[in-house]
Amino acid sequence: MSKKVVITGLGVISSIGNNVQENYNSLTSLRPGIGHIQNLDTVHKNIIPVSEVKLSDKDLGQMAGFDMNRPVTRTTLLGIIAAREAYLAAGLDKVAKLRTGFISATSVGGMGKTEMLYQRYLDPADKGDFMKFLETHDCGESTERIAEALGIKDFMTTISTACSSSANSIMLGARMIKAGMIDRVVAGGVDSLTVFTINGFNTLMILDKEHCRPFDDSRQGLNLGEGAGYIVIESEEAAKAGNRPILAEVGGYANTNDAYHQTASSPDGQGAFLAMKKALEVAGLTAEEIDYINVHGTGTPNNDLSEGTAMTRLFGNQVPKFSSTKSYTGHTLGACGGIEAVYSTLSIMNKTIFPNLNFKAKMKELDLAPETSLLSGVDIKSVLSNSFGFGGNNSALVFKKI
Amino acid sequence: MEDLVNQLKVQIIKALKLEDVKPEDINPTAPLFGDGLGLDSIDALELIVLLEKEYGLRVENAASAKKIFSSIKSMADYIAEHKKA
Amino acid sequence: MSSIGFIKSYSIIRNNQAILNGEEFLKGAPEDDFATFIRSLYKKLEITHSPFYKMDDMCKLGLMATELILKDSAIKEKYTDTEIGVVLSNSSSSLHTDASYYETVKDKSNYFPSPAVFVYTLPNIVIGEICIRNKIKGENTFFIFEEYNPEFITDYVNNLFSSGKLKSCIAGWVEFCEGKYEAFLYLAEAAQAENLITHTAEQIKKIYNF
Repeated sequence: MSKKVVITGLGVISSIGNNVQENYNSLTSLRPGIGHIQNLDTVHKNIIPVSEVKLSDKDLGQMAGFDMNRPVTRTTLLGIIAAREAYLAAGLDKVAKLRTGFISATSVGGMGKTEMLYQRYLDPADKGDFMKFLETHDCGESTERIAEALGIKDFMTTISTACSSSANSIMLGARMIKAGMIDRVVAGGVDSLTVFTINGFNTLMILDKEHCRPFDDSRQGLNLGEGAGYIVIESEEAAKAGNRPILAEVGGYANTNDAYHQTASSPDGQGAFLAMKKALEVAGLTAEEIDYINVHGTGTPNNDLSEGTAMTRLFGNQVPKFSSTKSYTGHTLGACGGIEAVYSTLSIMNKTIFPNLNFKAKMKELDLAPETSLLSGVDIKSVLSNSFGFGGNNSALVFKKI
Repeated sequence: MEDLVNQLKVQIIKALKLEDVKPEDINPTAPLFGDGLGLDSIDALELIVLLEKEYGLRVENAASAKKIFSSIKSMADYIAEHKKA
Repeated sequence: MSSIGFIKSYSIIRNNQAILNGEEFLKGAPEDDFATFIRSLYKKLEITHSPFYKMDDMCKLGLMATELILKDSAIKEKYTDTEIGVVLSNSSSSLHTDASYYETVKDKSNYFPSPAVFVYTLPNIVIGEICIRNKIKGENTFFIFEEYNPEFITDYVNNLFSSGKLKSCIAGWVEFCEGKYEAFLYLAEAAQAENLITHTAEQIKKIYNF
């Protein structure tokens, strides 16, 4: 049971870059990816800012090396690009003997394609080639196509627990490795922007019409984003035996339910508090040993207050340095835990804390201020990464320096 | 005014699926939120949709929504005041 | 090596019939639609939980299946909030409600997207409703499978037991799509008590012929 689970590969695509290096460059040059909607047809086009991956489906198809004559969704293409980057970085293509799994998270799956074709699907007179896209709707479909592109056959599954989905896939992967059920796992998640999500979050009145301002007193809501983030995890022995570079350790993880409301977080942040506390226990760390928190920090009045309250309860007046990288990428829903796992690992590897953009003033209720400038040369031994989802599903991961 | 209050009660019961509640159970001046009907933030958003759908009135921010939705009476006052304009 | 838990109670809801521990709890009239049937089940269970009426169909289904298995379980007396978890799965996610939500936005001249419908467009909201109703705060997750996968779910839950994460777990399958519905939920516990069924895929297949 004391087997260490280590990270040997990273892959990411988001509004701030199409690979790990581009993301890192944007993070360190304080360049967010938030702007006007380009790829979607919606009445909200010039009103609601989003954080889109700037490429069209066609360009993504080319980058993913996908035969675009086959039915495919934007979700699948984003997923292939990021998962393959992680897979190749870990050199997994060169080892065939180990049992490899793929655990992917998504909240909307193939919704983007379905909403474009829905009226045509319903019209019995409209028959044509587009019908082949029907099978791309289900959340599990993207997982299967990505696994197929990577050639992973030993195990695959799809998790859908809203915005904590991909943190949960990393947790499941780590557990399966510890239990000896599998040798290595590509774990993370993907979501693409859809009109469905934009409309939904807009009716909940939690979209900011300007750039989101996590933890700031004037915050009005989140910006929706899209992307994919995956990490390759394996047992320390397997990584060492295969001479693969060890980037960091997945030291702890926990998941709880807030049991308060379908979408809102509780005022005392009980679910978040328990998730962070239990993740530290699994990691064998005390609160003082956390050097940095990559917070969930969506920028909604409710999340940031609830999360901040939970942090204050756990860390007292010694809250570690923290920031929300959603001020760069927007909230990528089912992908955010995967993307932020990549960023947390980059923080450890590069001794760098990425700033929380757009923060000016502390919220009135709490004495909490995130990091607002790029910090380099920081010896980061452990990072806590939070992901909280609708349905009260709260997860926390701990990444450790090796 | 009384007609409007009664109409609102029926509309709210339907929109918020308050199956166990009858129009006469709702006191027009009692607080809508809090203990009474057990409404939450999603119900508040649904009331914003109701105002727009049934009365063509748009509520843009949460702060004004709070005032308007303090009771059935305050909702009716708001509708009466803004509809004739 | 995982230790194996025990199945304390199980429920099946399908075809206008609710079954608890292998015995019929309620049978609806063949002509009843889902709304009518689930409402009569709610009444028969004699509970008061007004948010029930606001839920989407999948949540109503999952919550009633949970009410059945928890009815005589006394889990809240035996375990703390975080010792109880929920691990569910299905194949079509929240598709049924996704489509209802789409109905509220598709017509540009009658465009009134409903926030109360949107909040149900995620599969794990059913877990949220179960946790809110029963004050459960332990680990919870939702898997999407093509079909019910008892091997995976039993391994997963037994692993949560043996690692000490949970002492009790509500697990199973909750599927609702185009009026067709099926729930199979059970309550598993880590500790043995009075001749219970062992929590293995083989036993699950015996009690739930899907």
